[in-house]
Amino acid sequence: MTVELLPDLVLCVLLLVVAWSALFASTRRDAMALFVAFGMIVALVWARLGAPDLALAEAAIGAGLTGVLLLRAARKLPVSSARRFDYRRHLGALTFIVVAVSGFAVSIILPSPADITANNIDSPVAAAMSDSGVSHQVTAVLLNFRAWDTFLELLVLLFAITGLRQLFPIEKESLEPARTWQLLVSWTRTLVPLLLLVGGYLLWRGSSGPGGAFQAGALLAAGCVMLRITGMLPPLHWSSFAVRGSVCAGTLLFLCTAVLTHSLGAGWLDYPEAHAGTLILMIETLATLSIAIILTLLVAGERKDLCS
Amino acid sequence: MSSLAANSIILYLLVAVALVMLGLYGLLVLKDPIRRLIAINIMGSGTFLTMIAFARRQDPPDPILHALVVTGLVVAISATAFALRLILAARESREAAASGSTEAEDE
Repeated sequence: MTVELLPDLVLCVLLLVVAWSALFASTRRDAMALFVAFGMIVALVWARLGAPDLALAEAAIGAGLTGVLLLRAARKLPVSSARRFDYRRHLGALTFIVVAVSGFAVSIILPSPADITANNIDSPVAAAMSDSGVSHQVTAVLLNFRAWDTFLELLVLLFAITGLRQLFPIEKESLEPARTWQLLVSWTRTLVPLLLLVGGYLLWRGSSGPGGAFQAGALLAAGCVMLRITGMLPPLHWSSFAVRGSVCAGTLLFLCTAVLTHSLGAGWLDYPEAHAGTLILMIETLATLSIAIILTLLVAGERKDLCS
Repeated sequence: MSSLAANSIILYLLVAVALVMLGLYGLLVLKDPIRRLIAINIMGSGTFLTMIAFARRQDPPDPILHALVVTGLVVAISATAFALRLILAARESREAAASGSTEAEDE
């Protein structure tokens, strides 16, 4: 019993220690590096908790893209000033937190362990899997049973990119580094083909196992970001039709499917059973393209990419 | 897939609560905008961890919660990217306003 608990204990202690140091590291650079490490540990926790889809997404997004995002932004900010320690502020914050979160903590501690695992209800997902068109449960939920979530999530990405574009006119000409680190260039040459390969595999694999549009899109975006940072990829001009088209492709196909299923079929996003598999694969492919391009623009987008 | 002991699930739930508290504490105490953003992200991780720990109560873990968290991750990074751009824009407009008096302020 205690031996089984050991890996969980190690992961939990690591998680808390790294989270603490990511917040309170002495320099901002250390804080950002530790936050990337935090993302990696969270990915391990997802793997331990039986969520390989999440582990893949977290490793690509939480540990990879967020790190690049933070480091690139921090380049343009001044060094943070030294912190003054104010006891009253800290005490106030602590009291507020204890009061705010204690209800939830108590509701976890009070019931006995048996109560927490007792309700082994049969999941309705497993019962409906046969007419979903795919064989992996998480993909079925994302693109069939709760396709609304995925549709709205693509819209959130569109909103983010629109908001980002609005904020650019304030900025002066960006400070793109003239020199690129030689090691980064050669690593990029090695890694990007691999990332493309793995991304494509994850997209294809998503219908029957862990993987799918989000993970594949995040990996492709990581490849594009590396190419863009090293200057091997020219700026993705917003004015070009290809960029705009691929940004909107996923949402548009989703919308068309929704309208068609509403007017011809059973209802909004209620796919006809015979074509569900093909439809899901098409939507996933275009969604991957959209997610990859939008994430690239969000992470590595400069004035040249977004406002020309 | 072997089922996880109930004690482990409770452990992860407690860690999730601790992460949310830690993030909230950082958000209240820290001044640096980037660190505040990290604090918000840590709070988010705590929330996700709660959901995934609850999903693990069944033996094949609940796919609905997994799907929700996958969606949440992508929304979290787009919000982070937007917030960073807002931080930079705020910083630049402040610089532009003060550019008459102090010109060389960068590092």
